[in-house]
Amino acid sequence: MRFWLVIAGFLALVGLLAVGLRLDPREVPSPLIGKPAPAFELPLLQQPDKMFSEKDMLGTVWVLNVWASWCPPCLVEHPVVSELARSGIAPVVGLNYKDAREDALPWLKRNGDPFKVIAFDAAGRIAIDYGVYGVPETYVIDRKGIIRYKRVGPLTPEITQKKLRPLIEELAKGG
Amino acid sequence: MARLLLLSLLVVLAFQARGQEDPALERRVTALAHELRCLVCQNQTIADSNAALAQDLRNQIREQLKAGKSERDVIDFMVARYGDFVLYRPPFKATTVALWAGPFVLLALGVWLLVRRVRKREPPPELTEAERRRAAQLLE
Repeated sequence: MRFWLVIAGFLALVGLLAVGLRLDPREVPSPLIGKPAPAFELPLLQQPDKMFSEKDMLGTVWVLNVWASWCPPCLVEHPVVSELARSGIAPVVGLNYKDAREDALPWLKRNGDPFKVIAFDAAGRIAIDYGVYGVPETYVIDRKGIIRYKRVGPLTPEITQKKLRPLIEELAKGG
Repeated sequence: MARLLLLSLLVVLAFQARGQEDPALERRVTALAHELRCLVCQNQTIADSNAALAQDLRNQIREQLKAGKSERDVIDFMVARYGDFVLYRPPFKATTVALWAGPFVLLALGVWLLVRRVRKREPPPELTEAERRRAAQLLE
């Protein structure tokens, strides 16, 4: 009896540690989920004289992808982002983070430009409002401009399939 | 040549000093930066970290304090964007009760188990007169 109690206690501890070690400490729960997307107005990367504001997207479910040409994981996720944009399920808006035009534009030329538009946040100030701390980051924003989902780190085909697409479809259906 | 070097050194120092024109403000910035976690390198505060984001956030703190915001305002600003995780010392609230109270609960549990065990322990049996004599004999 006593022996089994000890074994049970040991197994419980192993279980606890197994779960604890699997949790990703980088996955910080965002306080922005369920809140309105922070307002901003930024020049476009490709057309500096034109501006983009998150208000331009009201009425549409859309995806905001924060990226930079200096960020290797952004390159890794780029095919996934491109595929998502190509599928036409929702417009993907880029937020170019702390980058330089002379780096970002060739990067797009090399790797393709799947974005509907790209806002240019050279100072990274708007990204702070969005709680960005590790590019790439991806947000799903609903028709009313409420942030519904945030992913820190590269998008994977699995996450897109299991989380993003179902969520976008659901948001597009409902009012 | 030496004079030129000295001059350039002075220029560099002057430029560095310019960024810290208000020592009282800098002290407040540093104090606040020590309370906030750098999310890029999670076990450092943004005062200790050299990550680009930490620098940006320090500038953000400086700007806001300069604009007359209070320490509380700046902390609220950070928490609104990055969540409680940005606080180097987590607040005491419903979701963090286990974190703060857990160790004390475990300690109390341990003490309780120990006390129970010690109380339950049987007193050593009294020796009979014959045993006492035998023990004395063995010890001699």
